[in-house]
Amino acid sequence: MFSRAYKTVVTVPPLAWVTVFLLVPYLLMFCYSFWSVSSAQTIVHSWNLDNYQELLHKPLYWETLLRSMWIAARVTLFSLLLGYPLAYFLSFYAGKRKDLLYQMVIIPLWVSYLVRAYAWKTILGSDGVLNTLLQYVHVTRHPLDFLLYSPFAVVLTLTHIYTPFTILPIYAALEHIPRNLVEASHDLGATPAQTFWKVIFPLSIPGVVAGATFAFVLSLGDFLAPLLLGGPSGIMISNIVVSLFGAAYNWPLGAAISLGMLVIVVSLLFLSERLEKKWSFS
Amino acid sequence: MELFVSGAPTSIPRSRWLLVHATAVFAFLYLPIVILILYSFNGQGVGGFPPHHLTFDWYRMLFADGPIWDSVLNSLQVAFAAMAISLAFGILAALALDRAQFPGKALFRRLVLLPLILPGIITGLSLLMLFNLTGTKLSLMTIVLGHGTALISVATTEIFAGLQKLDRAQEEASLDLGANYWQTFWRVTMPNLKLPIIGAALLIFTLSMDEIAVSFFLIGRDNTLPLEIWGRLRRGITPEINAVSTVIFMFSLLTIVIWYRLRVRSKGGAEVGAELIEPTS
Repeated sequence: MFSRAYKTVVTVPPLAWVTVFLLVPYLLMFCYSFWSVSSAQTIVHSWNLDNYQELLHKPLYWETLLRSMWIAARVTLFSLLLGYPLAYFLSFYAGKRKDLLYQMVIIPLWVSYLVRAYAWKTILGSDGVLNTLLQYVHVTRHPLDFLLYSPFAVVLTLTHIYTPFTILPIYAALEHIPRNLVEASHDLGATPAQTFWKVIFPLSIPGVVAGATFAFVLSLGDFLAPLLLGGPSGIMISNIVVSLFGAAYNWPLGAAISLGMLVIVVSLLFLSERLEKKWSFS
Repeated sequence: MELFVSGAPTSIPRSRWLLVHATAVFAFLYLPIVILILYSFNGQGVGGFPPHHLTFDWYRMLFADGPIWDSVLNSLQVAFAAMAISLAFGILAALALDRAQFPGKALFRRLVLLPLILPGIITGLSLLMLFNLTGTKLSLMTIVLGHGTALISVATTEIFAGLQKLDRAQEEASLDLGANYWQTFWRVTMPNLKLPIIGAALLIFTLSMDEIAVSFFLIGRDNTLPLEIWGRLRRGITPEINAVSTVIFMFSLLTIVIWYRLRVRSKGGAEVGAELIEPTS
């Protein structure tokens, strides 16, 4: 139905743009990771594996990467624990208020990421809302200073930010479950718990996987929440990259770490796509 | 009765725990926003319980604050320009994915959508390397290119979803009746995509206004609003930041209401942005 010319006109411009501004930059990142910095602070375009060797041998990088993954894993877990029951409630029990409550899940997403991180900073700080509240009601006498500038603050803030990201795909998956399957399960004598675990939950797994992927990947690469709320013990892998591209001036090493992150992220996306396919029915 | 409306079988008892949980999660999601707004009126700084000396001073200060408004203006320019780029290429990319077969199509689809899920730092840094190597000076223009490119993913997803629901017979009829492709595109295809395009535009606009991770690396001399706020956060915090955040939040809320009205009036159409995070199945 569409002519060859039509197809060419719609295909070539976006293909060219994406090649120049996405594909080439990723390839450049790949190239940079094999280059090095001279003593005169210029980037030398000679190919070697030094950056990767440094990554393998310096525990700082490994430990920070593992800590970032551990933070991201906790964020993912908490987001799912908060998000799943809420999505389930929305889909099965919200009744006429379903639309309104759905909008209420979306609205926090429209509040700037930075603003929400900042809000947590004003809550958790030593003169913050929480500490002064606790002293006001005489629960504590001195401010609790582990609240801010800690991995706890980073996990809490990122959980707050990514919980809606897990709710929406889980809700979508639950909404796609034919209700007569649930009724059939009941009619055949299953208890509500059996119906949930044998029918509803397995069918919602694609949503869980999609939500978990979003939460994990996006929190793994975050560098603003750790800078704002993490303190020295909450530093994540992207913060190292930021400093390598800034004051520490070692773009090639920074590129190598970024490329490592890119590989981790793309493998996770690939894995989650496989999992979603495996668990989806229809 | 209400249980039937919600589609739940009556056999499952309405769980009180689910209700408690849902309330608690909503409280968690809204607590920081409420506190943010509340303390924008607090005369005594950003913390401290209970808030007292309620005042509009921070708003007065905000409206007299030159650098903030300069950065708002910069952000608006960036958002409009990024919107134009992402929509233009997003519409074409969605049409290409829907209607053309070409080698590397699967790779193209993945590449276009990747910035949606990729941490902003990777998109930002890879573009920084491109601009550095080509000797492009960092400015608002480089941020526009960054946002425009990253948000093609949003436009493509929304518009592709719209195309899937489109009735091909209308376009076929238009072509059969002698309209050329150009006329058919403007008179049949585009009017049918009005809603997804408006939805994508609103979403791109808001995302660009809020974006910081990509802009962080591509910033030249002029700040966007989030980077201006970021700079101030590093220097020490005042409720003026709460005030500006509250104003932006109100504008975002207004955008949602407008979108919702449009959607309700035309009946149906997807939730804005919902396609972005639906499972792929």
